[in-house]
Amino acid sequence: MFRQPTREDILFEPLKSNSLKFYGFVALLLAVIGWAAYAYYVQLRDGLGVTGLRDYVFWGIYMTNFVFFIGISHAGTLISAILRVTGAEWRRPITRMAEAITVFALLIGGPMIIIDMGHPERLLNLLRYGRFQSPILWDLISIATYITGSLMYLYLPMIPDLAQCRDRLTDAPAWKRFIYRTLALGWRGGEEQKHKLERGVAIMAVLIIPVAVSVHTVVSWIFGMTLRPGWHSTIFGPYFVVGAIFSGIAALLLAMAIFRKVYHLEAYLEDKHFRNLGLLLLVMDIVYIYFTLSEYLTMIYGNDVADQRVLQLLFTGDFAMAFWAMILVGFLLPAFMLGLPNLITVAPRPTARLTVLRPFVAMGALAVFAVMAFSPASASASFQLVSLWPVVRMLSIVVALGGLLWLALPWMRAHSIATIVIASILINLAMWLKRYIIIVPTLYSPRTPIQDVPWEWAHYAPTWVEWSITAGAFAMFILLYTLFSKMFPIVSIWETSGEEHAAAHGAKGEANV
Amino acid sequence: MHFVPPGQEWIKVFKNRDNHVADAYWFPRPCMQCDNSPCAKVCPVGATFKREDGIVLVDQERCIGCRYCIAACPYGSRSFNWVEPPHTPQELAAKYSVELNYPHRKGVVEKCIFCPTLAREGKLPACAQACTMNAIYFGDQVEDVVTNHAGVSVSFTQLIREKGGFSFMEDLGTEPRVWYLPPRDRVYAAPKG
Ligand code: SF4
Ligand code: SF4
Repeated sequence: MFRQPTREDILFEPLKSNSLKFYGFVALLLAVIGWAAYAYYVQLRDGLGVTGLRDYVFWGIYMTNFVFFIGISHAGTLISAILRVTGAEWRRPITRMAEAITVFALLIGGPMIIIDMGHPERLLNLLRYGRFQSPILWDLISIATYITGSLMYLYLPMIPDLAQCRDRLTDAPAWKRFIYRTLALGWRGGEEQKHKLERGVAIMAVLIIPVAVSVHTVVSWIFGMTLRPGWHSTIFGPYFVVGAIFSGIAALLLAMAIFRKVYHLEAYLEDKHFRNLGLLLLVMDIVYIYFTLSEYLTMIYGNDVADQRVLQLLFTGDFAMAFWAMILVGFLLPAFMLGLPNLITVAPRPTARLTVLRPFVAMGALAVFAVMAFSPASASASFQLVSLWPVVRMLSIVVALGGLLWLALPWMRAHSIATIVIASILINLAMWLKRYIIIVPTLYSPRTPIQDVPWEWAHYAPTWVEWSITAGAFAMFILLYTLFSKMFPIVSIWETSGEEHAAAHGAKGEANV
Repeated sequence: MHFVPPGQEWIKVFKNRDNHVADAYWFPRPCMQCDNSPCAKVCPVGATFKREDGIVLVDQERCIGCRYCIAACPYGSRSFNWVEPPHTPQELAAKYSVELNYPHRKGVVEKCIFCPTLAREGKLPACAQACTMNAIYFGDQVEDVVTNHAGVSVSFTQLIREKGGFSFMEDLGTEPRVWYLPPRDRVYAAPKG
């Protein structure tokens, strides 16, 4: 394969011109952010009473967002650091996308805590009076380190590309050229400069891994260090780290799919990138399911009364719908979607006898699923291991979903990337839900019973203020990411330009799968 | 007395029942003033702190409103001011001090404070003063003497030893410094439920 002169031009295309669609998109995001800013103003004016939070459920979706964003920030670390250290060369075109997710997710996730605070203007008290015995201080230090580190880690490998922008985009507006010129730091691309840069990147790659692990560990310890049932668990550190990498990969796959489509990056983001990351996602999914099982099974088996209250809420109580949706559609289904098309190698037979029956079977399965999923949980309100109804219900749901999956298999095999992307979306939704389910049910069942309080004080439903700010946070994340991709090449140019040679010399990328 | 904002219960009376055989009993829960206080442990700015005399207080001028202490307290003793509390002129006339906790303000955490200002004057805390059933004793554990509303002073250790006193959820290692005497020789019928 010879060097195609056009391949790199694709990467400069988004930097050169902005379409009307782009402005419309940005305007939409800005509108959402503006609305969220208004919601935050209302919250500052009237106090946190405008949220659904009260003394029992005192943390809600702000905390959920916090953990979620810090979670997807692990995309960058995994892809760029772990894969770099292990020499998986196929990662090259996706490193920058991943690192940018890290930086922007941290920039959005960190402030979610500030939004949750009763006195955000006293933030500096954390520095003035900070006490190291508080896990919040651990979080502050570790997240601040992570932001600094990942900014450097995003920036360093960008220098040669910034120099290219400086040299190639000479007709860009003056402020843009100024940014490129300043940030490129006089990069000329000499041997010595290259050597130094590569050393710097290599050092950062190693340094950033423990920081990333520490970040999500201390996030989990905010919960783990309290005496609350459902939180006070020794596996929370690793459980959260695995969950973070898991959701990080899913977020990255989503970003890849979108960029590929919008910026026409098919030449860079090939099927193999989706497939490799899809396999990694599958592995993390299985590890996460394993952690989830081990967490809940220990609680079930131990039969501690305080634990049982939380489990009852999850399995059959107020959160049953969210919990089972998360487990079945968010964790198990993606595992099959990511795994089955690889495992079952029988060629799809479009002319098989079942074709005629297929719609009926599918509808039947859907009906079973709907009836079972929405039927009343069980006759008795309390959860009992021996009661059969939940088992029957569970089984029929699983069978129904399994049937649907089986029917969908030929389609999934024909559209492998779409399948992976859909699985990623499901996983991201499930991981947001998972964080919600970690936080809120535990607050529903404190050690000292809830007695004689109005119903709203003991239950939680996010208000429009919380939803608006949440929407604003996501819009802000997308906006920052979009602007970044409009400003800088979203695929590392200098790291991918050698790739085609490697491909010529025996497909090195494939060898590293 | 404390101008406690609506919605907060610095001392909340629960109906407790230890098992399905025993009768229920009323269980007033102030802040336990834990000696190994989980709330003070987690506060990131030292707004919640334990004094040398063992009283756990909250500095509302330093509290950032993160509510981590609420998460840490196993007794549910803490409340957050979700909105600006309604004020009275007397309350606003007072100069804020950590020993009073008022004038109250939004966005901070509050709880029962064992009335350190009254202790300074040698008086019983407000709850003990108000308990006309003489059920609440208050005193200094080191001096080993506690006093109730009727002015009866007894030895703390003797009281606990003879009447089988216990503290609540001791097994969590919080070392609560509020003790309970189990019901015996009831004068009034046990609460139902
Ligand atoms: S009862 Fe709660 S608020 Fe009071 S000292 Fe103990 S942990 Fe702190
Ligand atoms: S809410 Fe206030 S008192 Fe409680 S932990 Fe946070 S800063 Fe400390």
